[in-house]
Amino acid sequence: MNLNRREFTKILSLAAAGGLAPSVFSKQRPETMYQLGNFGDARLMHFTDCHAQLNPIYFREPSVNLGFNQAFNKAPHLVSKHFLNHFNIQHGTPLAHAFSSLNFREEAKLYGKVGGFAHLKSLVDDLRNRFGHNKSLLLDGGDTWQGSGTALWTKGQDMVGACNLLGVDVMTGHWEFTYQDQQVLKNIKDFNGDFVAQNIRVKEDALFEGASAYDEDSGHRFKPYVIKELNGHRVAIIGQAFPYTPVANPSRFMPDWTFGINDLDMQEIIDEIKETEKTSAIVLLSHNGMDVDLKMASRVTGLDAILGGHTHDAIPQPVIVSNPSGKTIVTNAGSNGKFLAVLDLKFGTTGVVDFRYKLLPIFSNLIPANQEMLGYINNVRHPYKERLSKTLAVTDETLYRRGNFNGTFDQLICDALRQTNDTEIAFSPGFRWGTSLLPGQTITMEHVLDQTSITYPETYVREMTGTQIKSILEDVADNLFNPDPYYQQGGDMVRLGGLDYTISPTNNVGNRISEMRLDNGTLIDAKKVYKVSGWATVGSKSSGAPVWDNVASYLADKKKIKLTKLNTPKIIGLTNNKGIL
Amino acid sequence: MSLNRRKFISQLSKAFGISAIAVAFPNITWAAWHKQAFSTDKLSDAIELRYPGLAVIDSNDVTFKAPAIAENGAVVPVSVKTNIKNVKSISLFVEKNPTPLSASFNLSPRSIADISVRIRMGQTSKVYALVEADGKLHRAEKEVKVTIGGCGG
Repeated sequence: MNLNRREFTKILSLAAAGGLAPSVFSKQRPETMYQLGNFGDARLMHFTDCHAQLNPIYFREPSVNLGFNQAFNKAPHLVSKHFLNHFNIQHGTPLAHAFSSLNFREEAKLYGKVGGFAHLKSLVDDLRNRFGHNKSLLLDGGDTWQGSGTALWTKGQDMVGACNLLGVDVMTGHWEFTYQDQQVLKNIKDFNGDFVAQNIRVKEDALFEGASAYDEDSGHRFKPYVIKELNGHRVAIIGQAFPYTPVANPSRFMPDWTFGINDLDMQEIIDEIKETEKTSAIVLLSHNGMDVDLKMASRVTGLDAILGGHTHDAIPQPVIVSNPSGKTIVTNAGSNGKFLAVLDLKFGTTGVVDFRYKLLPIFSNLIPANQEMLGYINNVRHPYKERLSKTLAVTDETLYRRGNFNGTFDQLICDALRQTNDTEIAFSPGFRWGTSLLPGQTITMEHVLDQTSITYPETYVREMTGTQIKSILEDVADNLFNPDPYYQQGGDMVRLGGLDYTISPTNNVGNRISEMRLDNGTLIDAKKVYKVSGWATVGSKSSGAPVWDNVASYLADKKKIKLTKLNTPKIIGLTNNKGIL
Repeated sequence: MSLNRRKFISQLSKAFGISAIAVAFPNITWAAWHKQAFSTDKLSDAIELRYPGLAVIDSNDVTFKAPAIAENGAVVPVSVKTNIKNVKSISLFVEKNPTPLSASFNLSPRSIADISVRIRMGQTSKVYALVEADGKLHRAEKEVKVTIGGCGG
């Protein structure tokens, strides 16, 4: 069954009337999901991590998103019923479907696909029209130019065009940088908005060699911030690109640029803006990831809001963080084009005095497509249509990626790597992007590229000792579970095919992983050598075929996908943890 | 034709024989070299050899910048600055390096206490900045992680 628009609207308005809309301020009149009241003086719309999904897709939220220490049982580390209960969202409603993985298969069929730039544009235009163009801004948190076949083949240009049409005013980035520095600069030139990043500088030796910078004295490669006039109010938007881009992705793509969290520099910029710019609000457009944003909000003072991304957390209510001289609103707006966040700010003589926040799911069955955007998307995809629509297999499973330790699509990739390379073990990176498929769906080349389209897709086959395998798992586990968010990178655990293990997330680095076993139950021997295949190496370029070739040939060979085994670790220390069902 | 900066400076230095100066006084530059402190393999020994008998106090007046995760362990940019008066020297120690003392700057009374340097690190370690002033060592520390990277979201 698939609901038509009228039935859908009816369900929504019933949900809203029951006070079930995700609103901090529940006392206003019942409203349908997309008709927000006008509040305040400025409207900041925000989307992030769309990963180049121009068309509507299915996207399953994680059922495992563990938090420990300060993050224990707090947003964003809540899943399924814990998440819904925390945010007071009634089970079995469209909102429950948007924000959780509960009954994903049935409800995805019922409510249909989410996102899509044509639908997003209709909503953005409507929100601008109702509130006023002169006091509305659209912000893009980055990871916009990567994640689809067409984005890869056009080097992000399809997305630059779509964002221009959508009317993005300001953006920052992460995966954008994997197209190589010169391409990044070219795309930014074609982008009609401002690209901001306070935490990217040109390395001193590169400057010395004549590399260009936005400001040669400070070394900033891009504008650190931009001031936007909204109906007479000046609002500063500071950019924070993903701080660990050259660590999490190959640094060879941006050899002259250095990144980092740099919160001391952030404070200096905020202080400078306060002193010189006469702003009504200072907002950080961040690609830090939510845990890093929460820590930064507690250390840096003077930010009214941090509009965050990177960790793909769809959080319906902001977290208010206290710091030495004030409070900061921290949000995270999901991924894959599934959500649009709306932050309405009210100004007084001292700056922001009140706000409203909504994270709106984009149900594509509910919002009509904007015809101009639809035409653009069809046009830009046209040359690639045949390659994208090539059918490979039919899935019997729900295929998805999100989750701390594994996803069914990752298992499929690992199985494909093991079979095509004839290895005992396969590694696949813990990316958080990649769309979902429902049982019975045909897997096309486009779906494979939605999981794999990166600029370093080359596969490898290597011999590794048990010790080396353990050290890789330990290293990645620390990037996920280090108690200090500034030492995390925001991805998930490396995915494994043919290997199970036990993990104690709260142990120190080097002591989290134990009991590594092959699929046949044999314990991994520290000194023994194993044949391992994988892809997406960040060091030097690997020599094998791009991973989508391995996956496509595996799928074409299998024709029907039914997973025989999901390599899942045994997790120690989960007592009362609401980050897992 | 336009010269880039490195070529320009290298031509300048050739023209004025600047490169010759650098090799002319090696003994003077290296005279105050704390050889033992730089070659010992234990953090506490390195501190004691470099600063015999000085008391160490943790200080909020030392601004120590270092990346939480190094982009490249072979060249980790760090900087130390402070408003503390009468700074005589600033030293950097990497606990887990084979020889923990990585750099030591002797400052003249009129120098501004603001140094930056790149250090080499083999593995994740605490890095300490010690500022010597009026017979005391003012300490700031930061853990710098060296990782194989990859798998970013």
